[in-house]
Amino acid sequence: MSGGANFQVTVFEVTPVNDLITRFSFVRSDGGELPRFSGGAHTVVEMHDEGKRRLNPYSLMSDPADTRAYSISVRRDDAGRGGSLFMHRQVKPGMEMTISAPVNLFALDLRARKHLMIAGGIGITPFMAQIRQLSMMGGRFELHYAARSPDLAAYADTLLAAHPGRVRTYFDEQGQKIDLEALLDGQPLGTHLYVCGPKGLMNWVLETATQLGWPREAVHSEEFLAPPSGKPFEVRLAASNKSVTVDEHQSLLEAIEEAGVDAPYLCRGGACGQCETRVLEHEGTLIHNDHWLTEEQRASGERIMPCVSRFEGRTLVLDR
Amino acid sequence: MSHSPIQPTILSRPVYGELEPRSGSQHLFVADAEGGEAILDMARAAPEGFFDKAHIIFIPKETGQSLVARLESLKPAQLHIAPSYSAVVPRLHRVLSSAHMGLQLYLSGTEGLMGQAMLEATNQGIPHTAIQTEHRGSLCRRVQCVHCKGITEDVTMDPFQCSHCGLHLFVRDHYSRRMAAFQGVCVDAENPGDIPEPVERFP
Amino acid sequence: MTIVFKEESFRDDFTYSNSDWAIQRFPFPFDKDSYMYSVNMERHVPVQAGSVFEAAFDVDEHYVSEMRDRALVLAEDPLRCQSLPHMTLAGWDVLELIMTSKAADYPEHFELHRDGDTWRWINRPLGIDQSFTFLDETTLPYGPLEYITRQAQGDFAVLDQRDDNLWMDAGMVTTQADWSLDFDIGMNFFEWHAPVPKAHEMGIFQRALQYLLNIRQGEPARRLNWTMTVNPLLDTSPENYHKWGVMRGELTPENIGQKLHLRVELQTFYRLPRSNGLLFPIRCYLISLQDLVTVPKWGRRLHRVIRDLPEELATYKGFIDNRPLILEYLSKYDDGAPTSPGIFPD
Repeated sequence: MSGGANFQVTVFEVTPVNDLITRFSFVRSDGGELPRFSGGAHTVVEMHDEGKRRLNPYSLMSDPADTRAYSISVRRDDAGRGGSLFMHRQVKPGMEMTISAPVNLFALDLRARKHLMIAGGIGITPFMAQIRQLSMMGGRFELHYAARSPDLAAYADTLLAAHPGRVRTYFDEQGQKIDLEALLDGQPLGTHLYVCGPKGLMNWVLETATQLGWPREAVHSEEFLAPPSGKPFEVRLAASNKSVTVDEHQSLLEAIEEAGVDAPYLCRGGACGQCETRVLEHEGTLIHNDHWLTEEQRASGERIMPCVSRFEGRTLVLDR
Repeated sequence: MSHSPIQPTILSRPVYGELEPRSGSQHLFVADAEGGEAILDMARAAPEGFFDKAHIIFIPKETGQSLVARLESLKPAQLHIAPSYSAVVPRLHRVLSSAHMGLQLYLSGTEGLMGQAMLEATNQGIPHTAIQTEHRGSLCRRVQCVHCKGITEDVTMDPFQCSHCGLHLFVRDHYSRRMAAFQGVCVDAENPGDIPEPVERFP
Repeated sequence: MTIVFKEESFRDDFTYSNSDWAIQRFPFPFDKDSYMYSVNMERHVPVQAGSVFEAAFDVDEHYVSEMRDRALVLAEDPLRCQSLPHMTLAGWDVLELIMTSKAADYPEHFELHRDGDTWRWINRPLGIDQSFTFLDETTLPYGPLEYITRQAQGDFAVLDQRDDNLWMDAGMVTTQADWSLDFDIGMNFFEWHAPVPKAHEMGIFQRALQYLLNIRQGEPARRLNWTMTVNPLLDTSPENYHKWGVMRGELTPENIGQKLHLRVELQTFYRLPRSNGLLFPIRCYLISLQDLVTVPKWGRRLHRVIRDLPEELATYKGFIDNRPLILEYLSKYDDGAPTSPGIFPD
């Protein structure tokens, strides 16, 4: 696959963390070491679910210095396309899987005087690895972690115990909310802000930071989009001279791959730009769902990110 | 429209914009000479109460004396008039080292002044792209001799003689934020003694 | 294989030369009879046994003498090796990558023994046996980047990746084609390439940056770049230009074959694991024209490339004044016969 170096791994442990979240750890099937990584990196997990091949990105949450095993946490999404359900229902210890080498689109800015982290729900996972990295390097950090309830705040107890005074939790059920303006006001120059979690939280944090005059370069966020479902459509791949149908619950990228056409990708979540593809012709509407293309590029109708974006209309021809 | 004749050339050469009021918890201005006018022009667009959170550091040089009274009339929280940039450095360092995220920095005047103040600010953790700049006044350059590493201030001629090692240097557009200086390179290295007539390129 | 290391100089009496082995494996940079900028990136995987593309970090007969030249440059000007404060972790990444690669590729010359963070490094050609604690700067005589790049041929730029750009925030640069680390450190990809003519307008750097940002761990890439240098001078630095610039006027029809060198950079790119930085080694290979034309294909092709090169590029590469002299020399080795595709000798 075009995602680069991959590893054959064996599922070592499957650990339910709470009602929604399960942790999976992987070791290399050949007994070798996995590469070290930097906090915030993700791996792409390949799943074979009843003839469908899915490739989903998950943040690595284990110690970046641990080369024996990687771990990820997956939140079950009952309304999703099925990737998380597959992980929860089908993946058992001893099973062999393929995962990609780590890629980091949410790296720490190592120049920061202080790292201010805001996590919502499952968005805690990249921070687990980042905090390990910062602890090793002696970096200053502060984590503000919001979740629906104490039961659903995965790893909160571990974090509070390991880093007292640096971690604060907020539970929606108990009416607790991050006092964001107060938090952002008064941070020393050189502080970098990181946010990962649901869309609402991310937008709120990004907008508030902008209003308070935080520079764009000091604010970092990561959101992997799941490829949205939609009406099936046809696409013509000009370079490889093939036509394919994109099913309701399939992404355009997955359909291209299923047709045996090798297409580049990294994150598969609309964030990295690697799969950007030229639109040669279209009669209909491009449904852009990525974080990558600019408004102008979208308006031009000349580019699409097939990992998350779709199409509605009569004809679509891509340079692939 | 910009008041500066500086045009983009190569991508390392800084370009400057026009100051505009931004939202922030504190507003710090550093300006020299005609750079004071950029603050006054910006002030027209500033919202009510903007200067209550403003600190202006102004180096009038020969051409900016008349602006002092007008800057006073903006009623900034602090106004500091200084004789030179080097006299400003300890104060600027002190202000930045205790400042918080949300501080907005506005630089205006000569390239040498803006470059040095920007360096002080980036060393304290403000991304250079988040700092507003507006060029006004002289085009004179700070130039680092790539050979001896000495910096010559207020260079107007090209080529010029390095004030430290005495080599004759031509002035490139290649610019280092870390030096806050353009690069000067020996003009007669390949033909020693063959030095072109200096031209006033940076009046 | 065991390499026999030569005693030679890259300054003053310039005793540097290539053996027949080194000539045959020289990385000739032109795969066709003309040259223009391109994003000529490819995966850095071994090709052709014995070639400079075989090892991750090629070691050749010039190793010991090059390392001595580097030490001389650093003694004169310590600013040739610098690392901004946030790049120390990347420095350790570089040290690990070079040590593990060299020990794997040249076990008869280099050994690395690791027990947790307690490491022992043996470099036989340079007579080094160093025990140290990984990630503890106080256990090495230099910072990690300087320590290991005093023992590795070629320059090393270490790039930090942030804001969708690459920032040259550390490096060891003593064999450069006329650029200054001290001046360029802290610049982004577009800024440090700013003086290169034409390529910006062609979109070369935009595409190259996109490629480099996406380089993954375990999947290094490479490309070749080139210029010309009078005398086998590794340190063609801007800092010393007022000393070496005058050599450009010393070429004559009689001495050009021996004095003028094709200077080729093997540039490679490695994603660094802990820091997420990118290592950008720039390895310099020098060959005199008289040695180069012993490979007939290369003599023919270089003549055509130099003849047809746009004026701006010949100026930027610093041989515009000497071009007529170069062509006069090379034309004797171009009989007009067709050349085979690719860079290797026939």
